[in-house]
Amino acid sequence: MSERAFYIDYSRCIGCQSCVQACAECDTHRGVSMIHLETIQRSESVQTAPQVCMHCEDPICARVCPADAIKKTPDGVVQSSLKPRCIGCSNCVLACPFGVPKYQVDIDQMMKCDMCYDRTSVDKKPMCATVCPSGALTFATAEEIQRTRRGIAINSWKFGSEEVTTKVFVIVPREVERVNVELVQIAATPAALPPDPYDVALMLEAAK
Amino acid sequence: MAKLPADIPEIVRQFGPTLNRVPAGGWVASEEEDRMVKTHCCFCGQQCGIQLRVRNNKVVGWEPWEDFPFNLGKLCPKGVKRYMQDEHPDRLKHPLQRVQGKGFEPISWDAALSRVVSQIRRIQQTYGNDAFAVLTGASLTNEKAYLMGKFARVALRTANIDYNGRLCMVSAGAASKKVFGIDRSANPWSDIPKAKVILVAGGNIAECAPITTDYLWQARENGGKLIILDPRLTPIARNADLYIPVRSGGDIGIFNGMLHVMIERGWIDRDFIAQHTIGFEQVAETVKKYTPEYAAQIAGVPAAMIVRAAEMWGPARTSFLLHARGIEHHSKGVDNCIAAINLVVATGRIGHEGCGYAMITGQGNGQGAREQGQKCDQLPGSRDIANPEHRKYIAGIWGVPEESIPAKGLSAVPLIEAIHDGKIKGLLSICFNPTVSLPDANHVRAALEKLEFYVNIEFFLSETARYADVVLAGSLMEEDEGTTTSVEGRVIRHRKVVSPPADAREDWKIVCEIARRLGHGDKFNYASPRDIFEELRAASRGGVSDYYGITWERIENEYGIFWPCPEIGHPGTPRLYEGGKFGHPDGKAHFIPIEWRPSAEMPDDDYPIILTTGRVVSHFLSGTQTRRIGGLVDQYSQPLCEMHPRLAEKLGVQDGDFVRVESRRGAVVVRAQVVKTIRPDTVFIPYHWPLDRSANNLTVRAIDPVSNIPEFKICAVRVSKAEEPTDVIAQLEVQAGGIR
Repeated sequence: MSERAFYIDYSRCIGCQSCVQACAECDTHRGVSMIHLETIQRSESVQTAPQVCMHCEDPICARVCPADAIKKTPDGVVQSSLKPRCIGCSNCVLACPFGVPKYQVDIDQMMKCDMCYDRTSVDKKPMCATVCPSGALTFATAEEIQRTRRGIAINSWKFGSEEVTTKVFVIVPREVERVNVELVQIAATPAALPPDPYDVALMLEAAK
Repeated sequence: MAKLPADIPEIVRQFGPTLNRVPAGGWVASEEEDRMVKTHCCFCGQQCGIQLRVRNNKVVGWEPWEDFPFNLGKLCPKGVKRYMQDEHPDRLKHPLQRVQGKGFEPISWDAALSRVVSQIRRIQQTYGNDAFAVLTGASLTNEKAYLMGKFARVALRTANIDYNGRLCMVSAGAASKKVFGIDRSANPWSDIPKAKVILVAGGNIAECAPITTDYLWQARENGGKLIILDPRLTPIARNADLYIPVRSGGDIGIFNGMLHVMIERGWIDRDFIAQHTIGFEQVAETVKKYTPEYAAQIAGVPAAMIVRAAEMWGPARTSFLLHARGIEHHSKGVDNCIAAINLVVATGRIGHEGCGYAMITGQGNGQGAREQGQKCDQLPGSRDIANPEHRKYIAGIWGVPEESIPAKGLSAVPLIEAIHDGKIKGLLSICFNPTVSLPDANHVRAALEKLEFYVNIEFFLSETARYADVVLAGSLMEEDEGTTTSVEGRVIRHRKVVSPPADAREDWKIVCEIARRLGHGDKFNYASPRDIFEELRAASRGGVSDYYGITWERIENEYGIFWPCPEIGHPGTPRLYEGGKFGHPDGKAHFIPIEWRPSAEMPDDDYPIILTTGRVVSHFLSGTQTRRIGGLVDQYSQPLCEMHPRLAEKLGVQDGDFVRVESRRGAVVVRAQVVKTIRPDTVFIPYHWPLDRSANNLTVRAIDPVSNIPEFKICAVRVSKAEEPTDVIAQLEVQAGGIR
C-alpha cells in the first residue's frame, strides 16, 4: 500500500473538467464520470469544486444501506455498491454528506468513485489526480504536501452535529482545524453576507 | 470555382461534424493494448507529453506520461479526449473533388494531383506566379512548416505564402524581436514558481494554457503574488492577489502607468539600464504624462489598481511576465507587448533564475512553425527574406539561384483581401480554417468564392474545405512523425502512432509529390520527415533559431532540447539573456517608447458595446477537431454571449435568452449568459463555431501595422433580445453551427 494519500485543494480548481473527462474514460464505467465537478454559481463567480468520494472512516453510505451492498477495503477505500446486492433504493445517495453516490438508472445500481482502485492497488495515482492541471486534485505523500503547500491538510468534518473523518484530505488555511458545514439560509439573511467579491462592476467602482 | 457545391445541410450530412463518443472497438479493459506510444498532444503550444494506446493498429485510448517534465502527466480535457479524433466517422480517407449540386466525390490520387498541378500551371502562366497563394498553419510540425515554405518559394515561386500563426503569435514575436532581438519566450517554465510576483497580461491561462496553472499556483505557494489583467474575471483571476478588469484595448494605460509610478518611486534598476539597454530616456519621457489618473482613463479602471500593481511589481526581488492574445490581438498588438516588456527590462529582472518573461504560445507548434520559413517575410532559421545574406545562405541550402527566391509576400489578412480583389486566383491551403478563424468571416467566404481553383489538404472537411475544388486527404499529427517546438522553446518529438487510414497520405508526401509533378522533384527528394529535419537543421544553422546541434536521438534522450543549439554537443539554451546579453548585434535590450492610441473601432452611439472574443477550455481554435468529439462538445456545446447583469438589465435580457449581436459587418444569434464576472461595458463570445454562430462574423478586419495580427479583441456591437432562430442553419447540430 502506498503511503500516498488523496488531497483536494478547492482554491486551485479552475473548472476545466479534465478530471471529469478522464474519469469517464475508465473501462469499468465507460463514458460515465464518477467525479463530480460542481459549478458553485456561475452567475456570481467562476468558482468550481471537484468532488471525489471522501472515503469516510465510518461511511454513512454503508451504514444506511439496507442491503449491505457497500463495502470498505482493508486499506480504507469505500467501493461502489456490489451489483448482486444493490437494490437501487438510493438511501446512500440521500445520506452522503458530500453528495457522492449516484444511482445509475440504466444499470439499476449505485456507482461512485472508488479512488481508481485498479490503479492505486498497483501503485499508480488515481486518474483524476494524475491529469488535474491545477493541482486541485493531488495524490502525494504527507511530506510532499507539507513541502509544497502553504495550507494544511485536514480530514475532519462536521455537518451540523454529525462528525466525519475521511481518508481523503482537503487543503485549508493554516488556522482551520475542521471543516464545519452549517445550514445557511442565503435568501433570508442578505445583510449577513459579505459584499459580492466577484462582481466586476463593483470592483470598478470600489477603488474610485 | 470554389463555391459551395451543395447546400450546407447536405455537406454536413456527408462530412459532419458528427460526434465520436466511444473508442474504436468499444470500451475494452485498458491493459489490453498492443503498444503504448509516448508522444505529445496535437493541440496547444504547451505540447504536453501523453501516451497513446494502440490496439489492432488503431488508437483506442491514452495513458498519462508522467515522466515528461513539462506536464508530469497532467492534461486538459482536450488532451484527454484527443484520441477520439482517430477512427472518426468524418475522417477523410480519399482525395475528393467538388461536384456541383452533389457535394464531393472520391477520385484517385493521380487524377486529383494531375488536376492540382495543371491548375497551378494554368493560373501561374495566365496571371503570374504570385497569383497562386499558399496558406498554412502553426499546428504543422517543424518539418512540414519548413517544407511548405520551401514548396512555395522553390516549387511555386510565389511570394504569397502565409500561415495562421498570423492570428496567434506575430505580435508577441515582433515585440520580442524589437526589444530583445530574439523571438522566443525568454525562460523555461521552471522559472515561474520561483518568481515573487507574476503579471499575466491578457492570458486566460485556465482555459487556453491549462497546464501553466500549476506553475502559477506553485509560485503562490512559495509566497509569490499574482496580478491578472483581463476584462473578464477568469478562473485564475479568482485567486489573484490583484485582478485588474482592464477595458479591452486599454492595456498600455496599465503598463505605462505602472512604469510611471516605478520611476517616481525609484523601483527601476538604473545600473542594469545603463549597462545593458538603450533608449530608456525616451521611454521615461513618454510615460511622464501617464500619471495613475491619466493611465486609469485609458485603461478604464480605478487609478488605485495601477498604483497597487506598481507597488507589487516594482520592488519585487524576482518577477515573471506572461502575456497572451488578450493584449496581442489588437491593431496595436505589438505596442501592447512592448509596453509590457518595458516593465521587465526597466527592472533588470531577466536572464536569471525566477526572473524573466514569456509569451504563451497558442498553437501546437506556434513557436517552431514561425521559425522555419512559412511566414510571408521569412526564410528558415527565423531569417529575413529581404536580407541579401540570408537569401544567399538559404539559396545555397536549397540549391537554387538567390534571385529565384521571391520577395516578401502578403500576410494572411491582406492575402484574403487580394483574393477578394481578384489579384490572387488560386490557393493551396493546409491546417487553416479561415472561414471560422479570420475576422470578418462574411468577407472571407465571399473571397473564397472568387477563387478560380482551390485545393485543400485536410483530415476532416473543415468549413473552409467545403469551398475547395479538390480536397487531398492528409494526416493527423499521430499519423506522421516530426518535431514541434513548445511554448518554452523546447524542441520535442511527435512519434508516428498509426498510419493514415485507407487512401489518406502523410501531408509531406502529398506536398513533395505536387512539387515533383511541377518538375522540382530533385529539390523535394525526401525519404522521411527525418530527412527534412536534417535539411532544416542545416538551414537554421547560424540563424537566430539555430537547431543545428539538435538530433532526434538527443530530443528523445533529453526530453527535448531548447534552441539555440548551434553545435553538436551544445546543451541547448533553456534560459535566454543570461548575463544581460541580448540578441541584438549590440548585445543590448532596446527600449521603445509606446503611446496609447485608440482601437480601430471604438464603441459609439450606434454600436455602443465592446465585443471581445476568445476560447473555452474544451475547444481548440476553429474547432475542426474538437467539435467532432462528443465529450468536448457536451462540456461546452454552443457559443454563449457573456454579459454583466447590469448590461443585461438595460437590454431586457435574462440568462439563457436568445440575443442578436450585430456589428457593422455581420451578426450572430446566440444565447446570453448573464454573469458578474465581466465588465458591464463588454460582451464576450468564444469563436470556435462556424456560420451563424461565428463570433468572427462580427470582428473587424483591422490589423497591426507591424505584425499584421487582426484585432480580434475589440470591436463595437449592439445587442438585442431575439426570437429563437428556426432557419436551416439553426436546425443543424450545435457542433455544425446550429443552436439549441
